Amino acid sequence: MKYRSAFEIIGPIMIGPSSSHTAGAVRIGRVARTLFESQPKKAVLSLYGSFAKTYKGHGTDLALVAGLLDYDTYDERISDALDVAEQLGMEIIFKEESAVTEHPNTVKINLFDEDKKLEIIGISIGGGAIEITEINSFKLKLSGDPAILVIHNDRFGVISAVTSIFSQNKINIGHMEVARKDKGDTAIMVIEADERIDDQLVGELQKLDNVLSVIRMVL
Amino acid sequence: MFRNVAELVSLAEQHQVKIAEIMIRQEVEVTGLTREEVMAKMDLNLTVMERAVERGLNGVKSRTGLTGGDAVLLQNYIKSGKSLTGTLLLDAVSKAVATNEVNAAMGIICATPTAGSAGVVPGTLFAVKNQLNPTRQEMLEFLFTAAAFGFVVANNASISGAAGGCQAEVGSASGMAAAAIVEMAGGTPKQSAEAMAITLKNMLGLVCDPVAGLVEVPCVKRNAMGASNALTAADMALAGITSRIPCDEVISAMYAIGQSMPSALRETAEGGLAATPTGRRLEAEIFGQPKPKLKDYLV
Repeated sequence: MKYRSAFEIIGPIMIGPSSSHTAGAVRIGRVARTLFESQPKKAVLSLYGSFAKTYKGHGTDLALVAGLLDYDTYDERISDALDVAEQLGMEIIFKEESAVTEHPNTVKINLFDEDKKLEIIGISIGGGAIEITEINSFKLKLSGDPAILVIHNDRFGVISAVTSIFSQNKINIGHMEVARKDKGDTAIMVIEADERIDDQLVGELQKLDNVLSVIRMVL
Repeated sequence: MFRNVAELVSLAEQHQVKIAEIMIRQEVEVTGLTREEVMAKMDLNLTVMERAVERGLNGVKSRTGLTGGDAVLLQNYIKSGKSLTGTLLLDAVSKAVATNEVNAAMGIICATPTAGSAGVVPGTLFAVKNQLNPTRQEMLEFLFTAAAFGFVVANNASISGAAGGCQAEVGSASGMAAAAIVEMAGGTPKQSAEAMAITLKNMLGLVCDPVAGLVEVPCVKRNAMGASNALTAADMALAGITSRIPCDEVISAMYAIGQSMPSALRETAEGGLAATPTGRRLEAEIFGQPKPKLKDYLV
């Protein structure tokens, strides 16, 4: 089931005009910001399908940048997001792509600063709900909340160590995916839980051998 | 978890509770929040809806100037006592329009199920409120019932105009509202499902063709139509009228229609009203000369 909560139907509380093209776009931008873990110096936003055709009318450009600034869907500063980004020295480039994607509301976000870069692909599936379908070329499906992302070395026992911590905390895992670039290289785990994931659990995961980083997602 | 309307209705009948109660129980189970937290969260949504209507009835204008002020005109017309359709219906319409005018003006709204269709559910709720005098709790239940039906549509079809056209947005909102109105008025869970089916049947095939890609023309007025359609269908269901096609099959039909709709009619501003001479002129006035589109040469 794509939708799990009543508040995905009645909600979100948001600045207009479009739940998919404005609120959903804020959320995708915010996921990118969360994963980048700091304010990027440069962002390249490639828009596909309906996003590419109507982004000006829906304020999708403002919304994506608002997300990169870590604003929420109801933040009244959304309409000033482009100006704020400029004042903060964030370089923003929009690209209208013509390629046909699986979902009509698709955006690829590339973020850069001096030491790191990130690429994510997100889709806005309606009513403000979103899915992340790719992170740094890892194909995945991140849609639910609460969820965490564990970036780790691809070694034996890491997956079981992570899931053991969930089980010790009596938290059921609703959806889990593991992807890696190459055997023995960096790998990524996406875990969607049935209950809230607290700081203590995140802390425990971070202490595990071969775990490089743990990011709690806000979707 | 209920997967379709038939399961939802049968759960409510089996436990002898309102549909709202089934949705609330599921929410508690899925999110791990307490019942109180779930109710408080919906209360916040309701407050946002009330403020949006209030703001819209005071008169707003979008940045483009394409929409705004119609809710005020309607309220004045109601006060003149000359309306043909009656106070409750027009009150719902004016409040639906008010909400969407605020949305178009980039104000704060609560998506129900989307921002473009955010007027229908609160518009009808605040209009029937004056006649049925619900408690705050019952108003929250109205929203949970609407959510339950929207949940089924979202999971089995779509609530996105880009994926399924306006039938998926205002159509879904209108069906959700109709079902919730029936429950608030004392109808059975089955009657709520009939109201949803009747409403959606009347919305099948509705395209998403926003002028200049803005959620303004025709979106604001489509919410007016969505609100009146919901009230009509609710009254029909309460009168004992049933849908020959079961609700879940109507939802499946809506999904299939959305799938076969050309992309020009799914929120790309390339077809329908967006492609009319006036639609194109407005687009040019707002964004400067529009880029020539291949489709324009082909027709």
